[in-house]
Amino acid sequence: MALLRFGADAMPSAIESSEGYWASVWRRLRRDKVAMIAGAVVLALILMAVFAPYIVPADPFSGRMLRRLRPIGTEGYPLGSDELGRDMLSRLIYGARMSLLMGVTPVIIAFGLGSTLGIVAGYLGGWFNTIAMRTIDIFYAFPSVLLAVALSGALGAGLTNALVSLSVVFIPPIARVAESVTTQVRNRDYVEAARASGAPGFTIVRVHVLGNVLGPIFVYATSLISVSMILASGLSFLGLGVRPPEPEWGLMLNTLRTAIYTQPWVAALPGAMIFITSISFNLLSDGLRSAMDVKQ
Amino acid sequence: MLVYLTKRIVYTIPIVVGVSLVCFLLVHLAPGDPLVSVLPPDASEDLKQQLLIIYGFDRPYWEQFLRWVWRALHGDLGNSIASGRPVTTEVLRAVVNTLILATVATVIGFFFGLLFGFVGGYYRESWIDKTASALSVFGVSVPHYWLGMVLVIIFSSQLNWLPPTGAGPGGSGEWTPDWAHIRHLILPAITMSVIPMGIIARTIRALVADILSQDFVQAMRAKGLGERGVFLHVVKNAAPTALAVMGLQLGYLLGGSILIETVFSWPGTGFLLNAAIFQRDLPLLQGTILVLALFFVLLNLIVDLVQSLLDPRIQRS
Repeated sequence: MALLRFGADAMPSAIESSEGYWASVWRRLRRDKVAMIAGAVVLALILMAVFAPYIVPADPFSGRMLRRLRPIGTEGYPLGSDELGRDMLSRLIYGARMSLLMGVTPVIIAFGLGSTLGIVAGYLGGWFNTIAMRTIDIFYAFPSVLLAVALSGALGAGLTNALVSLSVVFIPPIARVAESVTTQVRNRDYVEAARASGAPGFTIVRVHVLGNVLGPIFVYATSLISVSMILASGLSFLGLGVRPPEPEWGLMLNTLRTAIYTQPWVAALPGAMIFITSISFNLLSDGLRSAMDVKQ
Repeated sequence: MLVYLTKRIVYTIPIVVGVSLVCFLLVHLAPGDPLVSVLPPDASEDLKQQLLIIYGFDRPYWEQFLRWVWRALHGDLGNSIASGRPVTTEVLRAVVNTLILATVATVIGFFFGLLFGFVGGYYRESWIDKTASALSVFGVSVPHYWLGMVLVIIFSSQLNWLPPTGAGPGGSGEWTPDWAHIRHLILPAITMSVIPMGIIARTIRALVADILSQDFVQAMRAKGLGERGVFLHVVKNAAPTALAVMGLQLGYLLGGSILIETVFSWPGTGFLLNAAIFQRDLPLLQGTILVLALFFVLLNLIVDLVQSLLDPRIQRS
C-alpha cells in the first residue's frame, strides 16, 4: 500500500513535466507553417460547405438563358455565369458540399472497414490473415482509377454507387497498412507481457494494439483524401457521379467543357477548386505525418 | 535465383484467377438483366428465354465463368453488343493507342521526376529542392483532367498552337510517327506525365537523401573518391527502386487513362471504356477491364523480376 501511494505521489510531477502525445503533435504541427495554412484552407472549405445557404449571393439552381456564359467580373456575376446562366460563385460555394462529401466519405468508410480488417488479420495471423491479404492482393491488381470507373460503371451512375465504388477502392490499401503495423506491434514485448499476464485477446487489442496502430493508419488515410477528391470529381466528370443540376465541381467541369472556347476561364474554375482542396488536404496530411513522426 | 523466379511466377496465378473472377462478376453486379442492352423493351418472354440460352446466361454462374475463361484463353472475349465486332479486336486496337500515350507520358515524367528528385535529394532544403518539392506536390494533387482542359485552353483555344482533341488528322486510323500525329500527342502526353513526375520525384528525393546519409558514402568520400564516383554509386543504389516505380506508374497510366482520354478524345482504352459504360455494352466493358488489369499484373511481375535481377538483396527479404 505504501509502495502504491509512493507511486501515486511520484506520478503527478512526471505527468506535468511531460505533455501528452496529442499536445506534442499539435505543438509540432503549429510550427509547420505550410501545414497550418493548408489546414486553414481546409477549415474554410468545410465552413463554406456547411454555411453555403447563408453565404451564397444568388440561387445556384436558377439560371437565365439570356445571361449565359458571362465572363468573370460581370455586374451581378462576380465569377461569371455557367452554360445555363446560373451564378458561378454560388455554384462553386454550393459545390463544396457535394464535392467534399464525395471525397471524404469513401475514405472514412474505408478507414473503418479497412483498418478493422487489417487489424484483425494482423492480430490473428494464420489462415485468416492469408485469406484476407491474398483477397486484397487481387484488388491491388487493378489501378485505382480503373477499379473506381469499372465498379461505378457496372453499378450505374449515381451518388451512392460512386461512394460504394470509391470505398471499395480505398479499403485494400488501408487494410494493407493496418495489417503491416499491427503485425509489427503484435510482436512487441508489451503485447507479449500482456498475453503472459492473462489478458484476454479483446483487451489486448483494445488497450495495447489499437492505441499504437490507429495513429499511423489515420495518417495514411488522410493522405488518401486528396486522391479521393480527384477520383470522386473525376467520376462526376465522366458522368458517373452525381447528376445535374446538382452543383458538384467535377460535374460542373464536365458541363462547362463545351464552353472552353467562349468563356475559358469560367470553365476552368471548378477544376481550380478541386485542385485547391486536393493540395490543401495533401499538405495538411504531410504536416500531420511529420508531426506524428510516422515513417513510411 | 531460380527458386525466387518460380515462386514469384506461381504466386501470380491466383491473382490472375482472382482478377478474372472480379471482371466476370462485374457484369452480374450490374443492376437489371445482363441482356438489358440487347433486348428491345417490348421483347416477348419467349425471345428473352431464347437469348438467355444463346448467351449462356441460363447456366449456373460457375459454368458461365469457366466457359468465359476458356474462351478468353483462346483469345475470344465475345462480341461487342454495340458494334458487333469481336471485343478482342476492339481492345487490342485501343490498347496500342493508350500504350503510345502512356509510354511517352511515362518517359517525360520519368525524366523530369529523376531530375527533380536527384537535385532535391542532393541539395536538400535549397531553393532548387523547395521548387522541386512544390512541383511534385503539384503533380500528385492536381486533377489531371482539369490540367488537360487548362492546357487546351492555353495552347489550343488562346494561342492556337496545338490541336485540342483526337489522335491525328485521319480520325482513328493507324498511328504513324509523323509531325501531324505528334502534334496531337503533345498535350495529352504532357498532361499525363505530371502524375508520374510528382511521384517519381518524391520517391527519388527521399531515396537519394537516404543513400547519401549512409556510412558507405562517407567512407567513399573519406577514401578520396570524387563527386562523380559518389554520384555513380548513388545512381547504382537508386536504380532498382526508380525502375520499379516507373514500371508501376506505366501500369497506373495504362489503366487510369480514361479521364485524360475523355478530355482529349484520344481513341484508346479509356475511350472504349467510356463508350462501353454508357452504351451498357457489358462484353466490351468486361473485356477491356480484364485486358487492362492483366496488363497491370504482368507489368508488376516484370518489375519484380527485373528488380530482383538488379538488386539481389530483394530475394532475401
